[in-house]
Amino acid sequence: MRAVIEIDHVTKRFGDFVAVNDATFEIGEGEFFSMLGPSGCGKTTTLRMIAGFEQPTQGAIRLEGVDVSRVPPYKRNVNTVFQQYALFPHMSVWDNVAFGPRSRKVPKVETARRVDELLEVVRLTEFAKRRPAQLSGGQQQRVALARALVNFPKALLLDEPLGALDLKLRQVMQFELKRIQREVGITFIYVTHDQEEALTMSDRIAVMNAGDVEQIGTPTSIYDAPETVFVAGFIGQANLWPGRVVNRDGAHAVVVAAGAELLAECRTFDARPSADVTLMVRPERVMVSLDEPAAELSRMRATVRDLTFQGPLVRLTMATPAEEPVVANVGHDADLPLLRPGDPVWVSWSRDAACVLPPADVPLTAAELIEEG
Amino acid sequence: MSAPPAPTALAQDARSSASGLAVLGRGGPPPWLRRAGRIGLAVVAFGTLLYLFIPIVVVVVFSFNEPQGKYNYVWNQFSLDAWTDPFRYEELRDALVFSFQVAAVVTVISAVLGTLMAIAMVKYRFRAKGVIGTILILPLTMPEVVLGFSLLTLFVSVNWARGFVTIVIAQVMFSVSYVATTVRARVRGFDWGLEEAALDLGSPPWRTFLRVTLPLILPGVIAAALLTFALSLDDFIITYLNSGKDTTFPIQVWTTKKSRVPPQINVFSTAILVASIAIALLGVYLTNRRAKKLGA
Repeated sequence: MRAVIEIDHVTKRFGDFVAVNDATFEIGEGEFFSMLGPSGCGKTTTLRMIAGFEQPTQGAIRLEGVDVSRVPPYKRNVNTVFQQYALFPHMSVWDNVAFGPRSRKVPKVETARRVDELLEVVRLTEFAKRRPAQLSGGQQQRVALARALVNFPKALLLDEPLGALDLKLRQVMQFELKRIQREVGITFIYVTHDQEEALTMSDRIAVMNAGDVEQIGTPTSIYDAPETVFVAGFIGQANLWPGRVVNRDGAHAVVVAAGAELLAECRTFDARPSADVTLMVRPERVMVSLDEPAAELSRMRATVRDLTFQGPLVRLTMATPAEEPVVANVGHDADLPLLRPGDPVWVSWSRDAACVLPPADVPLTAAELIEEG
Repeated sequence: MSAPPAPTALAQDARSSASGLAVLGRGGPPPWLRRAGRIGLAVVAFGTLLYLFIPIVVVVVFSFNEPQGKYNYVWNQFSLDAWTDPFRYEELRDALVFSFQVAAVVTVISAVLGTLMAIAMVKYRFRAKGVIGTILILPLTMPEVVLGFSLLTLFVSVNWARGFVTIVIAQVMFSVSYVATTVRARVRGFDWGLEEAALDLGSPPWRTFLRVTLPLILPGVIAAALLTFALSLDDFIITYLNSGKDTTFPIQVWTTKKSRVPPQINVFSTAILVASIAIALLGVYLTNRRAKKLGA
């Protein structure tokens, strides 16, 4: 895959504040690439540097191999869909979309052809004469998309474009965005704080935290093999226990955590015996039973603390004898009687459900362990 | 530790006074007092309007007067003479034309400078921004005589002949403050994200300003320009001090009033008044139409 955009050791400081810290990665042609992280993680700053609204303090940004770090936004062949759309209120939908080609002195006939074509792609042809204020949120969103795509940019930058829409419309637009991306074949760089959105839409995701790129990979690899405790906690839900390696044999390890000896796999972190680590188990991999589970499984006794009905599954919050919290998402087909807080149960999981991660920078708290990702 | 009794006492006080108010509210003042209040309010309101409009009405009415002698001070009889021959007095006509020329030039210069200042004040952060903001409103609060006289001193000391140019300089000096303050209110509501969007789409900064920023702040600029035009026509003190031998309309009225006050003065004043009202109404109409279109 040919790289369209290269971020080469880019650092951005605002005074003493480091917004982006030595980021290096490449984005390939036709890729749907997401930058994911909580607010203030540096994802929007990175996007604004690619667009040209900010300049890197150090490092280089290359567009198709050419360093554009000091090139102003109006001379870069990338376009942005802004969070609040930023449609020109004094222009019709058609004129909004035509703004790009007109700015670049594209001949009139060609401009008209492109605008009509793009309005068709976003299915707004019959709204061409309307003003932005006369459109719904979803329609405004599609105008912003058409306006940004009409210049045929090398990459389309999207800054939390679905943030202002309600849940139902978001899901429709996620689908629409994917369709349009397939249709035009342009690289999409998508900034979001919504991990579900990133997992659903992206070819690859860069997870960012406090200015650092924590991990880059496909949605599956990031979910199954997170490299840090932050990534594990931010993408999906995770049981995370501090522990210590007692035995290591190739990819397999035995870890003492939550007051028990547990089997685990080392996928991303090379943990030596007696090293401090964090053990991660996804809640949907935790099995809950009344009878003692098979001996080849990692297993612990636990006490039920809380049950939450969540539609397709029930979330069980439990505690080990060592007072470590355990969360399990259990489907309705699980053969369990009506559990109540205080009931004793067994929790278990297979070896490949547990992943060894580096120790957490800060001590984990119970609240963080069960926090929604 | 003993709790001070004060809070309880206070609370009781508040409660009793509240109930006292409630009793008053339920009963209300007696009907005669209410009616007296309504009549009193009407008298004050009507009196205020009268106070504001009588001078204007007098100006308009006396434009239709045929005065006895040279002074249009006493009602004699209805006549259209002054309206059918408004340019009878050459010096009055020349002064009016001169005033319009000055106003046009001052309006253009002030509108451009003031708008740019307003944008700078809102968009950018820079050193001494607060100080500049204060200096900007100084001409609005400083006595005109001080402003006019200090300018005159400057022009005299550099030996610059007073006339059209010095009048324009003097008027621009205070007009810029009005424009900058008026336009700034509009610019504060401008979404700078729109400028970024335009730049992002390949529009260079100057084109972005002409196609996006200016059209959206234009209502504020036009309002400021109209205000400037009116202020320029109207200004006496600063203009008089820096006019040399040139005469604007107000100066002409002032200097001829010793020898003659013809009804033509009232005719011009009435015409300007009607034009101002027409422009104001047009402005309201256009603003409403635009607001509907932009959905703002």
